[in-house]
Amino acid sequence: MNPILVASGVYRSFGAVVAAADLNVSVAPESVVGLIGANGAGKTTFINMVTGYLKPSSGSIRCDGAELTALKPRRVTQLGVSRSFQIPQLFNTLSVRENLLVAVGIVAAAAHAWAHSELRPAHVGPATDEMLERFGLAAYRDRPAGLLPEGVRKLLDVAMALVVRPRVLLLDEPTSGVSADEKFTIMDLVMGAARGVTVLFVEHDMDIVGRYARRVLAFADGRIIADGEPAAVLADAEVRRYVIGEAHA
Amino acid sequence: MSRDRTPLVLAAACGCLLAATPVAPQWLVFLLTLALTKGLVVLGLLLLMRAGLVSFGQGLYFGLGAYAAALLGARGGVLDGLVMIVAAIVAAAAIAAAIGLLLARYREIFFAMLSLAFSMILYGLLVKSSTLGSTDGFNLHARSFAGFALADGVGGRVFYVAAVIAVLAAGLAVHRYLGSHYGRLATAIRDNELRVEYLGASVFRVVYANYVAAGALGGLGGALAALAVGHVDPETTYWTTSGEFVFIAVLGGTGNVAAPFLAAGVFEAVRTLANQYAPNVWQMTLGIVMLLLILFLPAGLWSLVTRRRAGV
Amino acid sequence: MTDLAAVLFDGVVYSSWLFLMAAGLTLIYGVMKILNIAHGSLYALGAYAGASMVGAWLAGGHPAVASYALLAVAALAVGLVMGPLLERGLLRLVYGKDEVVLLLVTYAVFLILEDAIKLVWGVESLMVSEPYALPGNFLIGELAYPVYNLILIGAAVALGLAVAWGLYRTRSGKLLLAVIHDREVSAAMGINVDRTYLYTFTIGATLAAAGGALTAPTIAVSPGIGVEVIVLSFAVVVIGGLGSLGGAALGALMVGIVRSIMVRYWPEAELFTIYLVMALVLIARPKGLFAAPEARKI
Repeated sequence: MNPILVASGVYRSFGAVVAAADLNVSVAPESVVGLIGANGAGKTTFINMVTGYLKPSSGSIRCDGAELTALKPRRVTQLGVSRSFQIPQLFNTLSVRENLLVAVGIVAAAAHAWAHSELRPAHVGPATDEMLERFGLAAYRDRPAGLLPEGVRKLLDVAMALVVRPRVLLLDEPTSGVSADEKFTIMDLVMGAARGVTVLFVEHDMDIVGRYARRVLAFADGRIIADGEPAAVLADAEVRRYVIGEAHA
Repeated sequence: MSRDRTPLVLAAACGCLLAATPVAPQWLVFLLTLALTKGLVVLGLLLLMRAGLVSFGQGLYFGLGAYAAALLGARGGVLDGLVMIVAAIVAAAAIAAAIGLLLARYREIFFAMLSLAFSMILYGLLVKSSTLGSTDGFNLHARSFAGFALADGVGGRVFYVAAVIAVLAAGLAVHRYLGSHYGRLATAIRDNELRVEYLGASVFRVVYANYVAAGALGGLGGALAALAVGHVDPETTYWTTSGEFVFIAVLGGTGNVAAPFLAAGVFEAVRTLANQYAPNVWQMTLGIVMLLLILFLPAGLWSLVTRRRAGV
Repeated sequence: MTDLAAVLFDGVVYSSWLFLMAAGLTLIYGVMKILNIAHGSLYALGAYAGASMVGAWLAGGHPAVASYALLAVAALAVGLVMGPLLERGLLRLVYGKDEVVLLLVTYAVFLILEDAIKLVWGVESLMVSEPYALPGNFLIGELAYPVYNLILIGAAVALGLAVAWGLYRTRSGKLLLAVIHDREVSAAMGINVDRTYLYTFTIGATLAAAGGALTAPTIAVSPGIGVEVIVLSFAVVVIGGLGSLGGAALGALMVGIVRSIMVRYWPEAELFTIYLVMALVLIARPKGLFAAPEARKI
């Protein structure tokens, strides 16, 4: 099967800091990949480059054959790649429902252009309510997004990313800032809603990584130092040293 | 979900204004016409402020509309008020379409200052142009409206009626727009542009559309005002005129399409009084009122200012 | 050739005056994130104070030579009084609000001060041309130029260097630069941001008043002189990059010389050109020539 996301020779520097050095990644469709690494290792930079917030200094990124490199986030989304954010990017003065209404409305307005959805303007309301239910957000529907608990903000952030019917979904620390018991609830909801979508998620909690990821990429200093099944990667000596932070084995 | 009463209220208010036409005294008709025309410009400002942008240069379109109408009369031999108004709207929208291509890429202070700059460019051109009367400007007279000849002394009321109808039409249209997906999108843009782009929508297109609409409304207001006053001069495009529009927008707030017209009415009324009794402290009064509004009545500033609601 | 020299000289004179205004504006914005429309009123206050003081001095029969010192005193008086008054009395109440709201606040202050000036000094013009005429003229080719213009240029350069030295060489200056760079981190590091704001605004106000005081002998000081100044100063500051002192100098030089060329060869286009230059610079460099880089948001 052809890989759905391919990064080849991606390099990115900020002055003297190398955030990505010769990254080569090939992701199979519908796989679930965990991205781990210490802070500053280049995980978010990778997501930023895939989704167009940053331009790689060199190298290429393709989704299902289509060139993503240096496209703006808007075009990248239209090509089927979506993301959530480390700090949830919401419309803070709008209610939870209105946030989703905006997202669903955008997809409905773009119905055949790129969204490939059957959404008509009349269905925007019901589709939004359905989304609220699916993500367990119904209780907060009229609360302004700026006044939500962190876990709910994260959920809303991911929900909006899924509204655009992506084929590839990148999640940047979907459970950070959330209490330990809530983490699994959130991941269950998210992974349930994202069935059939290729998911890459950045995570610091190794329990979560072990539970949900089928494959793990370990980042350190802009490089991928390990790539494989969770158990193998998490046991890798380099990974233990640079990512998990254990002293010399 | 509460019923949307705005269209009804707007229609009722305009109905009352129309009913008053034959009986209201001349000075009241004039004052109301000015208030309504300025309100139209501020309605355009409201569109922009909903998207988080404050233009300090709507005077550009106000002046453009006024001069377009006047030039059509003085040079083009056109003496029909309605034709002048349509021409003004077209001219203003065309310039807005051109300038908007640049301006819609800017935000915050830069947007405010660039919009100011463009209005000052026009001001500079007008002031140095002796053919256009320089700082004195020149007069305009409409002899007919929509083909019907204007008898002496009736013109004022005809323009008043035209203004009321324009306000009703524009108010309903903008209200409808703001209640639609695109209206919600404007507020979303104000809150988080990045997210809007990441959802696959073009922020530029929405801002651009709002900017051109605001320009068209400015031109409409300018033409109507010029017809009512019978005179145009570069003051219409000076930055202090734009500042007045911003003041009225702040006074009324952006919560409802009726707000600009209410605020404009209050503004014109107070200004008339001030000119009569205390002309030397008019600016000071404006400044103090603005400060009080900002400090104690942010509800008037609500959509403009707060990026976070203080409480539900 | 003398034509060109004359135009350039005129340009530099105009630039000096613009720089005094722009320097204060850009500093205030850089530190406090406030685009101070009231700067125009501070300029006017400086002009009025200078004209009144010198006028009273000369009327008392005192020597005109001392009038230059009086202009400086006037500028300082206005700056040291209005600066803290506005900053502590009003701006303090609105910190943290949206940038554009702060703009509106300073606009309101401007409106209030414009009428306040009329109430205090009336609407008649004040003319005190003695300091301007006293040093006589010098020749560029066949054209006579007042030596006063050289004083103006000298003052602008001196003040500019003083502010630059203060910013980049002294400890307090470096603290100010830190606040410009990042307010929150500076506060976290223990820098008294409140006091920094007070000093910055006062220095900015004094610079504006100095611009006014130095200009007073060359014009008829009347209500409304502050109005045109503001829009021009903004153009300069935006061109140079908000918060950059060097940018203000470069911007002032650009605008001054372009304006001078326009006035000489195509006067109708004067205002138009300045704003066109600003629009063109912004197209090429959306944040101005020397704007600070911004950190990643996501």
